Amino acid sequence: MAQHQHASPTPVGGSLINAATLVCGVLIAIMAAILLVRFVFGLGAVTNVNDGYSWGIWVVVDVMIGSALACGGFSVALLVYIFNKGEYHPLIRPALLASLFGYTLAGGGIFFDLGRWWNFWHIFWPGYVNANSVMFEVAACVTAYIMVMWIEFSPVFLEKLGLHDAKKKLTKALFFFIALGMVLPMMHQASLGTMLVVMGGQVNPLWQTPMVPLIYLLTAIVIGYGVVLFESCVAASAYRRKIEMHLLNPMSKVMLGVLAVYLLVRLADLLARGALGEAFKPNLQAVAFWLENLCFVAPFFLIGNVESRRNPARLFLAGIAIMLGGILLRLNGFLIGYGHHTGSGWTYFPSFTEVMVTTGMFSVEVLGYIIITRRFPVLPRENAQVAS
Amino acid sequence: MGEMNDIFKLGREALHGIEQRLGMSRRDYLQFCATLAVTMGLPKGADAAVAKAIESAKRPSVIWLHFQECTGCTESLLRAEHPTLEKLILEIISLDYHETLMAAAGHQAEAARKDAMKANKGKYVLVIEGAIPVKENGNYCKIGGHTAIDLLKECAADAAAVIAIGSCASWGGMPSTGPNPSGASSVAEVLGKPVVTIPGCPPNPYNFLATVVHFLTFGKLPEVDKLGRPKFAYSRLVHENCERRAHFDAGRFAMEFGDAGHRQGYCLYKLGCKGPETYANCPTLGFGDAGENNWPVGCGHPCIGCTEKGVGFAKPIHQLATMKNVAPPLQYARIVEEQGKGASFASAAALAALAGAAAGAAVMLTRNLGLSHAAAEAERAKSEGKPQDKARG
Amino acid sequence: MDSRRDFLKGVLASSAALTAAAVAPPACARETLSVPTGALGLLYDATLCIGCKACVAACKEVNNNPPEFSTEDHLWDTPLDTSGYTFNLIKMYRNGSMETKDAEVNGYAFMKTSCMHCADPSCVSACPVSAMTKDAVTGIVSYDPSACVGCRYCVVACPFGIPKYQYDSPTGKIGKCELCRHRTKDGHYSACAEVCPTGATLYGKTSDLLLEAKRRIALKPGSVTRYPRGKLGGPDQSYEGPVGKYLQHVYGEKEYGGTQVLKLSSVNFEKVGQPNLPPKSSAATSETIQHSLYGGLIMPIAVLGALSFIAKKNVHDEDDSDGNGTGEK
Repeated sequence: MAQHQHASPTPVGGSLINAATLVCGVLIAIMAAILLVRFVFGLGAVTNVNDGYSWGIWVVVDVMIGSALACGGFSVALLVYIFNKGEYHPLIRPALLASLFGYTLAGGGIFFDLGRWWNFWHIFWPGYVNANSVMFEVAACVTAYIMVMWIEFSPVFLEKLGLHDAKKKLTKALFFFIALGMVLPMMHQASLGTMLVVMGGQVNPLWQTPMVPLIYLLTAIVIGYGVVLFESCVAASAYRRKIEMHLLNPMSKVMLGVLAVYLLVRLADLLARGALGEAFKPNLQAVAFWLENLCFVAPFFLIGNVESRRNPARLFLAGIAIMLGGILLRLNGFLIGYGHHTGSGWTYFPSFTEVMVTTGMFSVEVLGYIIITRRFPVLPRENAQVAS
Repeated sequence: MGEMNDIFKLGREALHGIEQRLGMSRRDYLQFCATLAVTMGLPKGADAAVAKAIESAKRPSVIWLHFQECTGCTESLLRAEHPTLEKLILEIISLDYHETLMAAAGHQAEAARKDAMKANKGKYVLVIEGAIPVKENGNYCKIGGHTAIDLLKECAADAAAVIAIGSCASWGGMPSTGPNPSGASSVAEVLGKPVVTIPGCPPNPYNFLATVVHFLTFGKLPEVDKLGRPKFAYSRLVHENCERRAHFDAGRFAMEFGDAGHRQGYCLYKLGCKGPETYANCPTLGFGDAGENNWPVGCGHPCIGCTEKGVGFAKPIHQLATMKNVAPPLQYARIVEEQGKGASFASAAALAALAGAAAGAAVMLTRNLGLSHAAAEAERAKSEGKPQDKARG
Repeated sequence: MDSRRDFLKGVLASSAALTAAAVAPPACARETLSVPTGALGLLYDATLCIGCKACVAACKEVNNNPPEFSTEDHLWDTPLDTSGYTFNLIKMYRNGSMETKDAEVNGYAFMKTSCMHCADPSCVSACPVSAMTKDAVTGIVSYDPSACVGCRYCVVACPFGIPKYQYDSPTGKIGKCELCRHRTKDGHYSACAEVCPTGATLYGKTSDLLLEAKRRIALKPGSVTRYPRGKLGGPDQSYEGPVGKYLQHVYGEKEYGGTQVLKLSSVNFEKVGQPNLPPKSSAATSETIQHSLYGGLIMPIAVLGALSFIAKKNVHDEDDSDGNGTGEK
């Protein structure tokens, strides 16, 4: 049996000023300038959202896709704390960090898109809350989840700050927050999909189904593993560390398992509703549909057998494929597949400033990840560490 | 300047003759010709042609018959003032028979008519005012012992042109209002062939005058629509030229006579104005030579559609009109309009750059990972091979 | 051995949770709502409409909305669609030579676009902060900008594309027809119905309007009938007019459970921009899913309990290691 002895987490160290951080810094500065204009002059001044497509990339990419890509923490926690695969433990902190950042940014990013953002607290206030609204549930769960994740991640800060007693007390109650940190994402990731339901026939039948909460939940879990694959490879390469193949390899098997379940559910749903015909119409939606499912099927060809799973390059590509598939699923449901009737006649394509803000948001995440992994104990200690 | 030269071509003598004959100054005369040319919508310079036609000494004969009418059309003509009608019409044309205006009566009058018809055979203009009853063999209207039908057919036989003036002669008018006990019919129906019609109750006198002068000037009648109405006067709906149209477009309507909206001159559509389905030029010309605004709507009463068969004297005055021709502007919103901004160059370029950078980095990383994997596999194979060698060895 | 047992425990717990979920739904189905008895609304008869847009002008005036320009000369209010500043619009259907009014081929027709005041509004279900609410008595769907957060879920949810946002303002609001509820205290009713010259837009109780609509479609085309104007039951402004060729369908009677604004047309409804909607509202489907999954928070708490139980056992000291990573299991 593989040994479960793993190195304890340590800051990577090294300089914070390098090409990556500088580029991120510039992009963030541009984003800040654009946001200033947005808050002074309104959404129309910097975005292309219009009456036909009121939700653009700030909602669909920054918030929905951003949060889905942040599901690494949730997926790995499932493995470690529920299925008791303690051997994945070293993956927890980096995955959690990525999740923490992704969700905090998604939550913060909402403010850029809310037209009357100063009333945001209404979404939690009993006098205003509409409990029937899917969006209310998403907002409440995401906010709660962000708080839970900060609590889950606090041992890292407590460690760095040397507050060991506090850390011991926290650890006693940690199991509850960990459990909460799994229920909450299940709820809101599924509900992010349920948000499509009220739009009815405006969403193409390829993506509009009562099964949508299950579809979004399964893809969220699968994306989580994909993101872990992706980030492990990128971080290892960037910090010149070894890739934890002994962890990623078996994890990718789990990923394939969940992926298989998802694809079955998806196909069964399409057949049961007789919606598959839409995939053969000569239009953009059909192309997008095939692209999305190509990405979801690709991992079986990339890492379908034992041999290929030993190749980190293939694992990396499989991770990317899953992420792309998940991204496309959400993009297709809310943007590309949206618009029948009420959107007809309208075109939407993000403006340059819109794209720069989204880019800036992801830059914040990358920059934050770099700063925290270099200065806080997140990644496991490695013998041969070279500061880049 | 060019026009003046054309007019001088008429020669001092001719103009002097006109001054004496018509008793009007040269300037007034030229003004009249210009007015008539404009009324007919003729191109610039045509007023010279009009002047030339009128100055010729030969005055065509006109025979004017009255049947089922109220004489309103004649009265309308009598109100023309630029210049006064008796001077022009009695001098420009030879009005050889007109029951209201001529001095003679009885057998003398009928004799005059017959003589004129014989002397001008094939060359006189026949004007009909009033409808022709056809029931009971036309006995409902007899002049000099002859029925209107017979008179009409007799006079029309040798006429150069037949003009039906007024709604009654044009399509039956008021006498033909249901149940039409006398069978009042239009000139065209009785003759069995289309004629020029100048409908209206009464029509604007200048519509008739301009038609006659056109005939004199060019030797033929002006362009007419399929009902025989001159297009220069009857090709547009009243609604299209109405001065209150802006109120209609903005939804400002008078609801009752005398209410606030009515006092402010709002649209009279809700009071039954038939402008939207009536072809006439009343809003443009006005009546009584007092210019625009002097017409029913301008005075606050809805148009009753007096020129239009099936509308005037048929539809109740306050019944809502049917819109004949909506013809909205091009920018009237369609059911589906193309809107929204597509991809801009900057945006597409930025996305392409991002995608390119990401793809490039991914490809590089994949390659590196692949290479290091291949190296690791080679190492493994080598190290796996060695112990075996050792074992063997 | 231990790890396998724990794995199985995990699978069992999740299966239990999922089973609970599968059993719960039938009890939580949310039926499509229907039009309240005292509901107020409009009857729009496209065959009577002459496209004069008096209703568009009146709506702009009573709501203090600025003109919107779609031509180069900014002279006339010419919106191409409803927006945050245009709550009512008449659109024109065009086909071929556009000769005959209300003909589907080589004809033209008009269609009013404004809030349908649905019985089961998608916008009300979607709004997380109750900025969109439906009055229990009149059924009017109202908007409260002081509650609104500007998320625009109502904009994407509405099948008619009615709520629209003011993107040109940093403090933009949603704008839509609210049936002139702010004018009832002065004895007025919907401005569009008040000003309509032909009675194409008629105001009244939806139940009465539905009867009137059914009366009209049962008439013989070409015959003459009496058309009321303004408000049903109000001062008599009716007039006699010819009956057009109606489609045998009152739009809004059944769609998504019914709407308080009803429409009659000669041209196929989808061609004039009215979506083909089933009797079951999307709000009902959405809320059924939500109630089944989260009703009373029963399932979330059950799952939380199961997961807490398992997590407690699996969170070891290794999680708060101070440096010695002796992990077991």
